[in-house]
Amino acid sequence: MWRDALLVAGKDVRIELRSRVALWQVLPFAVLVLVLFGFALGPGPAALRAAAPGLYWLAVLFSTVLATQRSVAIESGEGTRDGLRLSGIDPAGVFLGKAAAVAIQLIAVQVVLGAGIVVLFDVHLQTWWLALAASVLATVGLSAAGVLYGALSAGLRVRETLLPLLVLPIVAPVLIAGSRAWSAAVSGAVASGASWLKILGPFAAVYLAVGIALYGPLQETA
Amino acid sequence: MTARARWATRVIGGAALVTTALTVWLGLWVTPPAKVMGTLARLLYLHPPIAWVALYCAFGLAALSSVLYLWRRTRSLFWDRLGASAVEVGVVFTALTLVTGSLWGRPTWGVWWTWTARLTSTALLLVLFLGYLALRRVPADPDVRARRCAVAALVAFVDVPIVAFSVDWWQTLHQRGTVLNPGLTLKVHGSMAWTMGLGFLAMTLVFVWMVLVRYRVELLADRIGDEELEVSLSERWAEGATVADAAVSLALPDAAPAASTGQGAAVGLVPESLGGRR
Repeated sequence: MWRDALLVAGKDVRIELRSRVALWQVLPFAVLVLVLFGFALGPGPAALRAAAPGLYWLAVLFSTVLATQRSVAIESGEGTRDGLRLSGIDPAGVFLGKAAAVAIQLIAVQVVLGAGIVVLFDVHLQTWWLALAASVLATVGLSAAGVLYGALSAGLRVRETLLPLLVLPIVAPVLIAGSRAWSAAVSGAVASGASWLKILGPFAAVYLAVGIALYGPLQETA
Repeated sequence: MTARARWATRVIGGAALVTTALTVWLGLWVTPPAKVMGTLARLLYLHPPIAWVALYCAFGLAALSSVLYLWRRTRSLFWDRLGASAVEVGVVFTALTLVTGSLWGRPTWGVWWTWTARLTSTALLLVLFLGYLALRRVPADPDVRARRCAVAALVAFVDVPIVAFSVDWWQTLHQRGTVLNPGLTLKVHGSMAWTMGLGFLAMTLVFVWMVLVRYRVELLADRIGDEELEVSLSERWAEGATVADAAVSLALPDAAPAASTGQGAAVGLVPESLGGRR
């Protein structure tokens, strides 16, 4: 399973490196969202700084939808899904691999967004390890849930409109817990921030487990 | 659906009607107004039962039938239809929960909506299962759709406790459960408690009845789909036969005795012409 996961992740990352969709579309989109939020909230630094953690996570959520759609689109070419199924790769491996590829893109997005809120919104992280832990756990959960729903909507003509409706409510706990943990990381309230990791951790674990268990039956549906 | 099932549906529907009417009568005329809340408290005979049906009966049933569908040994479209019916009714009841809660909140808290934990997670739940219904609307092969929807329902279902916890930590202002509070002591008294109990019974019966009717509609819709397919298939066959007939009579315009053999040839031609269409 793990070897298969590595293979699939390697394939997806290689496609991303060659097509540069993540670099030229997802990353600029994430930055654009930050700038637009800035316009919406006005130039006052106090308001921007207070809203920054929430805006950061909203931008991450939107990027997750984009990255997931891209991840599904890779598999929607003529006969691609059949090829993947016929290759004898464990469905759980496919799931983990695709989730890992999305996670790598999300990490890149978050590095840029993190720099973005520091530069644009003048945010200083007091306890950076808390923000980092929240980001890592959230990334695992977001990519697992995203890829799972991506597979669910694969092959549907209405995929682009359906996927956000399905994914965004599911990942709402990540938005809540992530923004609270980051607020705590900004203000230095470690104890209250760390308790939010108790939501992000189980979320990631649950969706990894559900994905490993249910990706097989979903792949049969194509 | 067998005749007995239809009969049972009618009986349950009748029972639902009677208990609902009784609840309305008891709730509006017989029970006294509450001490603090006054006549507003009468909404309590309806709001918790509706929420109970939405959160536990409907989505519990949907999750159960999704598991039973995905499990190979019990896989049958019965579970798919049942799950879909339960979700659809559940969405209606969730929306009603929000509406009745909002009606109660306006005079009590002074606002239609507050960002309390319960309200927020119920609203999220509504959106989650609206997504399921949207997924179900997408045309697909019944088995494919069933598998997709079962997975979607399960994923949404495991999200419910996480949403509840996170929203609960996020903001806790809403009052604790009245009946199912941690000490499990009933805080409602006398005729009011009876009326509320009857409300629970009535709403559960309404739920069961709606699911049964919805199941039947789903079944009939599937059957009509199959029949329409068969009708249009046989129409195409007939079309193919006339085309083949015309072709034969064109090829042999003045050979009357050949008509019988021509017809035989036409029958033989039909599968080919159909194959060509595909």
